[in-house]
Amino acid sequence: MSGYLKLDYIGKSFSRGGKVSEVLRDIRLTIDEGEFVSIIGHSGCGKSTLLNLVAGLTPVSSGAVLLENREVNAPGPDRAVVFQNHSLLPWLSVYDNVALAVTKVFRGRKSKAERHAWIMENLDLVQMAHAADKRPGEISGGMKQRVGIARALAMEPKILLLDEPFGALDALTRAHLQDQMMEIHARLGNTMIMITHDVDEAVLLSDRIVMMTNGPAATIGEVLTVPLPRPRERLALASDRTYLRCREAVLKFLYERHRFVEAAA
Amino acid sequence: MTLPSIKGDAIAAFPAERQKATVVTLPPAVPRRFDIIALATRLAQSIVPPLVVLLVLLAVWQVAFSGPGSSLPPPSEIWNESSDLILDPFFVNGTQDIGLGWRVIVSLERVAIGFGLAAVAGVLLGALVGQSVWMMRGLDPIFQVLRTVPPLAWLPISLAAFMDSRPSAIFVIFITAIWPVIINTAAGVRNIPEDYRNVARVLRLNQVEFFFKIMVPAAAPYIFSGLRIGVGLSWLAIVAAEMLTGGVGIGFFIWDAWNSSRLTDIIVALVYIGLVGFLLDRLVGFVGVIVTRGPAAS
Repeated sequence: MSGYLKLDYIGKSFSRGGKVSEVLRDIRLTIDEGEFVSIIGHSGCGKSTLLNLVAGLTPVSSGAVLLENREVNAPGPDRAVVFQNHSLLPWLSVYDNVALAVTKVFRGRKSKAERHAWIMENLDLVQMAHAADKRPGEISGGMKQRVGIARALAMEPKILLLDEPFGALDALTRAHLQDQMMEIHARLGNTMIMITHDVDEAVLLSDRIVMMTNGPAATIGEVLTVPLPRPRERLALASDRTYLRCREAVLKFLYERHRFVEAAA
Repeated sequence: MTLPSIKGDAIAAFPAERQKATVVTLPPAVPRRFDIIALATRLAQSIVPPLVVLLVLLAVWQVAFSGPGSSLPPPSEIWNESSDLILDPFFVNGTQDIGLGWRVIVSLERVAIGFGLAAVAGVLLGALVGQSVWMMRGLDPIFQVLRTVPPLAWLPISLAAFMDSRPSAIFVIFITAIWPVIINTAAGVRNIPEDYRNVARVLRLNQVEFFFKIMVPAAAPYIFSGLRIGVGLSWLAIVAAEMLTGGVGIGFFIWDAWNSSRLTDIIVALVYIGLVGFLLDRLVGFVGVIVTRGPAAS
């Protein structure tokens, strides 16, 4: 199966007060079903904008996003988003946050008991079933992000979009969640796109790493295939030659050829 | 203390020496006694100061207005003349001779209807204004002008429109209480984080689902501060409206007492109005605290 998700010459410009600024230009990318793709680049290069375009949260200015050969231009649960700051609704319990998504997506398709089982299964998947009745304010940042992942997975999306999902977490929690993410990916085989600015995270998790040039009018500079077999072991990889070579390639791209320059504006 | 040396340039991690953990026994928890002294102290701390101040004020009042030519009655006279109103709020001696408790209930009923309508309409209109830029541009200036119109200025218009005093009084309550509800709700809706909106968009929540599942809970703290201001204003308006429209409410009672020169009754009624207004404010505040506990906790 090839060409599950196609980004076809996508461009995005914002206009404010008569001034048009081009953020993304000519983005071409084809992603296969079950692939894990990371998008990496310096801050401000339009990574998050690209993710929002795929999610449909912002409309494209030119080009098209094709999912299974059909154009998508509005948000929907088939492209679930894990937001950077978890975005759980603070007035709902952990269970109800996931239930909100499950009820909306599966109403009419699953019975009440089946929906309950499905909510608990997804909370189990991220090991949060024990805190089902807690409010988001009562659990840690890493736990919130896990619930956010459970909520997104519970929509049974065709594509899971992760917007710097572990960016706000401490290093240990981040490593733990990365391992969990790899497990989930191995188990469910979801297609995933992750925005990140962490080189190790990108190499560890991805099948391919998409490297963005700097803006304005950023585009894809290079795509690196990570030929590491799965399952991947964090510790074993630390001295693996292929791992180090991939890591070096990304670092070279980011710090030699496309060094981050502070925008003069 | 000797440490094993590192052989060659290999980096080795040494396991920490095993030590038997010492078990510390904690004293058994003392069961909490019902501490009557501490409770009494706390109660006294909050009740005694206002009581003392009140007594001092009453004493000053008594002294100041005890002269033969004083225009207002001193507290002792109020007690002598109107103790029936103070001691029994719920007596019934005839259609127009009833306790102040009954009158307050009649007024509260009007407030409940007028304020209830204002709360529902205010939240809906506020949501509309907060949600849509065009609605805000169109309606906000009108709201800003109308909200400055004093409650009683609406009365002649509403009397002309409804041709009956009862709905007119309720309308005056409604139109007085609605503005803070609209304005606060709109502010709350405008301040809903973009993330919550994105969650709703990914889930494809429709307008009704968005209103009940995201908008109302997210804006609840704002809505309740609007409702709290609104209930205070409607209690202000009911007394004035009843003075003019008649009936059996507490407002009309004051007007009636003034016409029959029962100054002591008026003063008792003022105390009733103040206490009820205070309780209304606290009630709405209390409901707000319970309802918005979720968002505040995060």
